Amino acid sequence: MRLTLKIWRQAGPDQPGQLVDYQLDNANEHMSFLEMLDVLNQQLIEKGEDPVTFEHDCREGICGSCGFMINGLAHGQEKGTTVCQLHMRHFQDGDTVVLEPFRADAFPILKDLMVDRGGLDRIIEAGGFISARTGSAPDAHSVLVPKDDADRAFDAAACIGCGACVAACPNGSAMLFTSAKVTHLGSLPQGSPEHTQRVLRMVNTHDEMGFGACSNHGECE
Amino acid sequence: MVQTLNGNVPQGPIDKLWDEHRFNMKLVNPANKRKYKVIVVGTGLGGGAAAATLAQLGYQVECFSFHDTPRRAHSIAAQGGINAAKSYPGDGDSIYRLFYDTVKGGDYRSREANVYRLAQISNNIIDQCVALGVPFAREYSGYLANRSFGGAQVSRTFYARGQTGQQLLLGAYSALARQIALGQVNMHTRKELLDIVVIDNRCHGIVVRDLVTGAVERHSGDAVVMATGGYGNVFYLSTNAMNSNVSATWRAHKRGALFANPCYTQIHPTCIPVSGDYQSKLTLMSESLRNDGRVWVPKQAGDSRKPSDIPEGERDYYLERRYPSFGNLVPRDVASRAAKERCDAGFGVGDTGRAVLLDFASAIQRDGEDAIRARYGNLFQMYERITGDDPYKVPMRIYPAVHYTMGGLWVDYNLQSNVNGLFVLGEANFSDHGANRLGASALMQGLADGYFVIPYTLGNFLADVSPADRVADDASEFQAVEKDVNDRIEQMLSVGGKRTVDSFHRELGLTMWDKVGMARNEAGLKEAIATIKTLRDEFWSDVCVPGKANELNQELEKAGRVADFLEFGELLAYDALQRDESCGGHFREEHQTEEGEAKRNDDDYAYVAAWEFKGVGETPELHKEDLEFEYVQLKQRSYK
Amino acid sequence: MSRALSFYRTSVGKKIVMAVTGFMLVGFVIGHMVGHLGMFAGKEAYNAYAAFLKSLGAGLWAARIGLLAALVLHVVSAIQVKRQSRTARSQDYAVKKNLETGLSARTMLYGGLLLLAFIGYHLAHFTLLVTGPGYSPTDAYGNMVAAFNVPAILAVYIVAMIMLGMHLYHGVWSMLQTLGVDFPELGALRYKLAPGIAAVTIIGYLSVPLAIAIGVIK
Ligand SMILES: Cc1cc2nc3c(=O)[nH]c(=O)nc-3n(C[C@H](O)[C@H](O)[C@H](O)COP(=O)(O)OP(=O)(O)OC[C@H]3O[C@@H](n4cnc5c(N)ncnc54)[C@H](O)[C@@H]3O)c2cc1C
Ligand code: HEM
Ligand code: HEM
Ligand code: SF4
Ligand code: F3S
Ligand code: FES
Repeated sequence: MRLTLKIWRQAGPDQPGQLVDYQLDNANEHMSFLEMLDVLNQQLIEKGEDPVTFEHDCREGICGSCGFMINGLAHGQEKGTTVCQLHMRHFQDGDTVVLEPFRADAFPILKDLMVDRGGLDRIIEAGGFISARTGSAPDAHSVLVPKDDADRAFDAAACIGCGACVAACPNGSAMLFTSAKVTHLGSLPQGSPEHTQRVLRMVNTHDEMGFGACSNHGECE
Repeated sequence: MVQTLNGNVPQGPIDKLWDEHRFNMKLVNPANKRKYKVIVVGTGLGGGAAAATLAQLGYQVECFSFHDTPRRAHSIAAQGGINAAKSYPGDGDSIYRLFYDTVKGGDYRSREANVYRLAQISNNIIDQCVALGVPFAREYSGYLANRSFGGAQVSRTFYARGQTGQQLLLGAYSALARQIALGQVNMHTRKELLDIVVIDNRCHGIVVRDLVTGAVERHSGDAVVMATGGYGNVFYLSTNAMNSNVSATWRAHKRGALFANPCYTQIHPTCIPVSGDYQSKLTLMSESLRNDGRVWVPKQAGDSRKPSDIPEGERDYYLERRYPSFGNLVPRDVASRAAKERCDAGFGVGDTGRAVLLDFASAIQRDGEDAIRARYGNLFQMYERITGDDPYKVPMRIYPAVHYTMGGLWVDYNLQSNVNGLFVLGEANFSDHGANRLGASALMQGLADGYFVIPYTLGNFLADVSPADRVADDASEFQAVEKDVNDRIEQMLSVGGKRTVDSFHRELGLTMWDKVGMARNEAGLKEAIATIKTLRDEFWSDVCVPGKANELNQELEKAGRVADFLEFGELLAYDALQRDESCGGHFREEHQTEEGEAKRNDDDYAYVAAWEFKGVGETPELHKEDLEFEYVQLKQRSYK
Repeated sequence: MSRALSFYRTSVGKKIVMAVTGFMLVGFVIGHMVGHLGMFAGKEAYNAYAAFLKSLGAGLWAARIGLLAALVLHVVSAIQVKRQSRTARSQDYAVKKNLETGLSARTMLYGGLLLLAFIGYHLAHFTLLVTGPGYSPTDAYGNMVAAFNVPAILAVYIVAMIMLGMHLYHGVWSMLQTLGVDFPELGALRYKLAPGIAAVTIIGYLSVPLAIAIGVIK
């Protein structure tokens, strides 16, 4: 499979960047998208060029490290699939693929396709927790949680913190991320005492970090 | 000369040990706690739980991770679940049974006292996690749900769909986040530990590299807690995350910490097979699949028909055939070796012949597709996403892959290494799993270490230390270590060779997998050691590391890790060679029963092998900690 | 009070203000629409309705002031929110695709501002009677017929009503989201709620001017 890749190259946070064209002749349909980039990088290194920097770790779609824009879509075109789980069989021989970093002022670019998503951590630090000191917990069965509540909490808690919602949102808003955590903790009886405070503090920090407001565009989901 | 080691296990009846020990340990005056500075490296279940709890207690914690946020530690990837002896289902479980099963599962190569403590604490972990909002699976009644896991005969595994590790880690992360906001934890993300500072066998701090700017920094503290995960990536392909590494523990080892049982590596039977040489990692398919899937290969070697075209009579359900009572649910090591045996004998399927089938057809027929979807929907989806095959229609192709490493830095009962002031938690230590880890017990161990053990034992250590005596981070010893680190970085950048770092890593992995993998023998191990030495020399004369030291440079990061694997791989093979018996995850072809099962030699090898570093390429020195079994009777494992 | 203020300062606070005021405005828009459908009932009936409205006196003023306040809050918070989002991505994508959002969602502010301009014009037109063909303060029916026989005025209203429909197309859905009202019992129909209201509004409003223009109402 032959591909033309247009990749955003940027040496550092305050450096100018641009899309650079690369030809890759030996991709194949069994590779994952990141393995395809690995192959490109090996070739660049052998040619004495700087390999493309991108963040990744688990390559199983769970750690949330990976993520960039593929042809204008966060994590590419497959719904519910992170870049590391995207496979090349969804592309065709001869395709041109544009790779850009997630763009938001709250996510400064560190290098090439790698951005700093620390703003999301600040939101959690502001209130995304239940204050329960280690060792103070009562028996796990002392509070029963209806299955539906537990399931709702789980669905919200499954957020992997990848930041794709921010990247996709026309407003650069992290409201989906924020509300996921609020819903997770708020759906559980353990989490309700701190609920109001949590919401205020998390939303405040969300705004302070420079994320945009949500206007329910629905791109983030 | 062989040295003997003492695990510092207190005396007394096993069920009282930990309580009495906690009472006997010294306490730090609460008013003084904030004067102590504790360095925690790693934010997985072990490190994250430790940092949060130590901070709650009032210590000033400096926490490090090479990730961009604590929440991405590799614990996030654990799928199946976490064990605890709650016995909520009332099916006969107890602390004692969990203890017993874990020692047995570890093939009698772990320290009884540690395992007992682990089983005791397991219950507190569940309580704590629920309090933190971990959304464990529940029944309609609102009670917590349990399942049986990894061949256990009781249902003691708590889970959050197929994402238990994620939810537990997010729980620990949230507790940590709170302490960060309170200023009790100073979180250093994207900083990689590159060395530790040891003066007179006492650890005083660490040297790290800022992965964004490339700056090398020194940090001193009153104690260092390392929870940096396992070393499975020495095999290149494994289920571990790409950046998991041995560097932190290896550097500590080179500074005097003993490395225990490196040859105990666990191969997981149900992973998605390798598809080509560009493959970068392997994906685990949760073990729970074996509850309903049946494993088979064609009866005829080299049969290239589609699985659905092979009639029932021409299929070999080899696990059910060999192990009539456990069948598809035999422990991981047994299932893995059986798959390898079939493939080696030419019965494997797929393009590479290195895969066996995991078939859900009969389960779907029995329970209906919806029931199977409810149980495994997300796993089937993941499988389809990666392979493009629909497991509801065609059997999955699976093959074993390296998954977990039981070995690690040697620690005593207090989780302190032989270097004073250096504590090691989680997968990075060797402590609780012996020669083989049971499913759902790594999460339990990581959280036990972090939430419930280290807060006590570290206090006991610090009670004898004065913060006023802390060595300043600009002391000459710190500067010397910093210089070593910088020199090594310069050296790597200046080789200017032709081969990429990945090509070395891949080659190392192939050797490790072939010769030091699922089955090992003397000749192969010796060959592996020789190959690794050659490869290491080649690395230092022909590696190509692009870029500079003072910038974000992912190739440089990888190069440092691979350089360490190239040293560590030799120790692993050496340990495997020295351990002339089979036990758990360590299988020496010379020692097997007639049925091809691992055959232990309890008379000569019932000890922990802890290695002392003597120089790169030099023969390490063996320290033995003898294992005594007072409570559990040593038996040959049998799953027939 | 200070708590309410600090809540307003968050983007979520502003959104809620926008949704609540939006709800009031929607209420008015629908009521107003139903009212002027009375045109189809004939001159007497409609003029009586207009006279009745005027006779409300203080009540009318209260409603007017309430609406005006809602409108001001709505507009101010809309502008503030938009400003926050504007600065959230200063460097744009070279390539960006959207899967969900549409033209109406992305033009809320400009559409809204055009609506504001329309409301100004409209008040000048029908309430203050300072622009357009000569009117009689007591003959609302006649005024309307006169106005919509002027093609330019008709065009302005058609454009404005389409803008309104677009604003509501995203606005009503967004409002329900913001206020957390989901109507799960409606099933898939609930996704049709906003388009439905938007369509009814456009059709309802335009029916009268168009009926006048083609001579059904004279
Ligand atoms: C796919 C998969 C599934 C699993 N499923 C289960 C399961 O179902 N049940 C179960 O019990 N166990 C399971 N395990 C095992 C279990 O997940 C791990 O053993 C456990 O989570 C390890 O936790 P840890 O805290 O020791 O290390 P990790 O979570 O690996 O954390 C390591 C931390 O150290 C940091 N670090 C490492 N090196 C450095 C350095 N040099 N400098 C700075 N920081 C560093 C990292 O940034 C990270 O924060 C699974 C493992 C895998 C791979
Ligand atoms: C085809 C569309 C419309 C027609 C024919 C129409 C007609 C009228 C008429 C005849 C009046 C005067 C009533 C009176 O003074 O007795 C009026 C008043 C008014 N209209 Fe409309 N209108 C239309 C659309 C709108 C829209 C879309 C809005 C708002 C968004 C609006 C807002 C108002 C307001 C605020 C008043 C003043 C009410 C008052 O006196 O307090 N109108 N309209
Ligand atoms: C008749 C008049 C109007 C009605 C009925 C109306 C109704 C609504 C409704 C229901 C919403 C959804 C609120 C939400 O997001 O929860 C909304 C949003 C909005 N309105 Fe209006 N509106 C009107 C006038 C205006 C005007 C004059 C402006 C001018 C600036 C405006 C600007 C906006 C904007 C920008 C939004 C988007 C809010 C967001 O970002 O979520 N609207 N409107
Ligand atoms: S909510 Fe945002 S950060 Fe969380 S998983 Fe979804 S896209 Fe990623
Ligand atoms: S796309 Fe953005 S506007 Fe809201 S609904 Fe999602 S955060
Ligand atoms: S690399 Fe972990 S989610 Fe993609």
